[in-house]
Amino acid sequence: MGVSDPTVKTTPAVDETGEGSSRVLQTRGLTKHFGGLTATDEVDFALEEGELRCLIGPNGAGKSTFLNLLTGQLEASSGSIYYDGREITGTSPHERVDRGITMKFQVPSIYDEFTVAQNLRIPLQQVVDGDEYGSRTREILERFDLLSERETTASDLSHGQQQRLEIGMAMAMEPNLMLLDEPVAGLSVEETADIAELLEEIVADDGVALIVIEHDIDFVESIADRVTVLDQGSIFREGSIEEIRADPEVKRIYLGDDH
Amino acid sequence: MSHGTSDELQARVTGLLGGPNVMGNSPAFWAGLAVAVALLAALPVLFGYYAAEIGSVFLAYALLAMSLAFIWGYCGILSFGQVAFFGIGGYAFGIVAINVSTMGGLTLGLVTALVVSTLFAAMLGYFMFYGGVRDVYVTILTLVVALVLHTFMGQTAGGEWAVGDARLGGFNGMNGVPDLGIGVGLIGYEFGIAAHYYVTLGAVVATYLGLRVLLNSRFGYAIVATREDETRTEMFGYDTTFIKFAVFTIGGAIAGLSGVLFTTQNNYIDPSVFGITAAALPVVWASVGGRTSLLGTVGAALAIQFLDYRLAISGSEWALVVIGSLLVFVVLVIPEGIAPGLHDLVVSRRSRSTSAESPGSDGGANAEEVSD
Repeated sequence: MGVSDPTVKTTPAVDETGEGSSRVLQTRGLTKHFGGLTATDEVDFALEEGELRCLIGPNGAGKSTFLNLLTGQLEASSGSIYYDGREITGTSPHERVDRGITMKFQVPSIYDEFTVAQNLRIPLQQVVDGDEYGSRTREILERFDLLSERETTASDLSHGQQQRLEIGMAMAMEPNLMLLDEPVAGLSVEETADIAELLEEIVADDGVALIVIEHDIDFVESIADRVTVLDQGSIFREGSIEEIRADPEVKRIYLGDDH
Repeated sequence: MSHGTSDELQARVTGLLGGPNVMGNSPAFWAGLAVAVALLAALPVLFGYYAAEIGSVFLAYALLAMSLAFIWGYCGILSFGQVAFFGIGGYAFGIVAINVSTMGGLTLGLVTALVVSTLFAAMLGYFMFYGGVRDVYVTILTLVVALVLHTFMGQTAGGEWAVGDARLGGFNGMNGVPDLGIGVGLIGYEFGIAAHYYVTLGAVVATYLGLRVLLNSRFGYAIVATREDETRTEMFGYDTTFIKFAVFTIGGAIAGLSGVLFTTQNNYIDPSVFGITAAALPVVWASVGGRTSLLGTVGAALAIQFLDYRLAISGSEWALVVIGSLLVFVVLVIPEGIAPGLHDLVVSRRSRSTSAESPGSDGGANAEEVSD
């Protein structure tokens, strides 16, 4: 098939702090230059298993670059990434997916021309055998409230349904870590509440760790355990949502005067 | 009991050959296809050897057309250089078969031609896809490869350009290429005109069914997903670079086979097979017939080459102008091509009449086209 390569060389994580056992993800001095521009600058980031972390910051803070470095869409200029205790720096995106990292893009990038069931088949056939497609598809459709849309062409779904389908497709991969880039951008208030509930459920029931990039501070407040603030490519603050909201410096760089 | 088993068998075969990735899944479609193949099989009987001779050439083109529909229509790789593998297959067969003048030599020639054209496609594909070449640059690069081969083979007129007994012959071409045959050593069977026709028809049918099975497999879903959204597909753990490389290589192998069938029918090949007119034809067939329909592209190749042939024997110089106009017309009116256009029409009409029935057939439409 050539769609997966289990023989990828891995080196054990070198964790001088000695507290990496429950860490699903850690970065060390992760840096990315685009020409003269430093998009992420020496980022040291750590995420516990089953944690839901929100990543906020003004435009151009390097949030998307950071996520793309984690998925392998971009190659780091320097620094290293450890996942599940093993270094994954330099591995290709599909190898990282095989190990349990999945990504939900900013623009709902489902397969427009496929039906909902066909969309689900793409991730499902990576993890289950042929005779299970039907039952697994049904389970996911039920969970994400899309059962009646099984044969609908994806481009005909509402925006909220598309977002749910995409999260469903990511969950079909049975991931350990899911990266979400603005999952509620452009959604209505009710749809946003639905997604918030879904994400919390994914963390609580499935034990999946989440990193969520989000601009909507109310949404962040409704879901996040901890918040990381990026500014100019570096980690500016890290803490609980209350600490972050109360921090005048964060207000200055990000939240603006209306908050 | 046996009834149940045959139903089960039928379901398994249908599952293997059919699915949402290919058009034409209804019983009517398969019946239409069977009729079309039967009509094609009856052609030498009905119209004699001359028809079989021309029909063989058209069917070889149809196979070339299918190779492009597969890689372009299903994986989104627009290769303008399918004729490169076609021509390499033809020349490679000629060189081997002229030098090894036994029955075994014919088989060796066929195997060598397939290996050489497949390896060439694999090499080109490897450098392109693993080198990060994509989209329109793949199209340009493949066309350039075909044109370079055209220029190179064109300057091989001198006597020094010979491989053993096989003279490449420059623009005069390579003469005396034997018929296709099968055998070991001196024992074997050399295909006559009718046999060659049936071998070519068999190759077209077998390739069509084989590609359908492939496209409805797990790998087939990965191919179509790569066409739809490569980044997304990679994020589901697929090695899309390898998928494109594999599809391109398979397409090259099919094109190489079609080149052998073409060259052994004519007993001759010259550099015009690499020329820009020849390179454009597969793209015209796939655009007119509909690149996402294997049969639509086959039908268009047969129909357009038949039209070209009729215009040529009537002394008209306008064949290419007519074909070009047809291309412009179809691209403007039905951008996705004739077969997918008809397929959508049939599906929408059927779902209007019986909303419960499962969708999917372009049976009548394609059968008509193929029997042209």
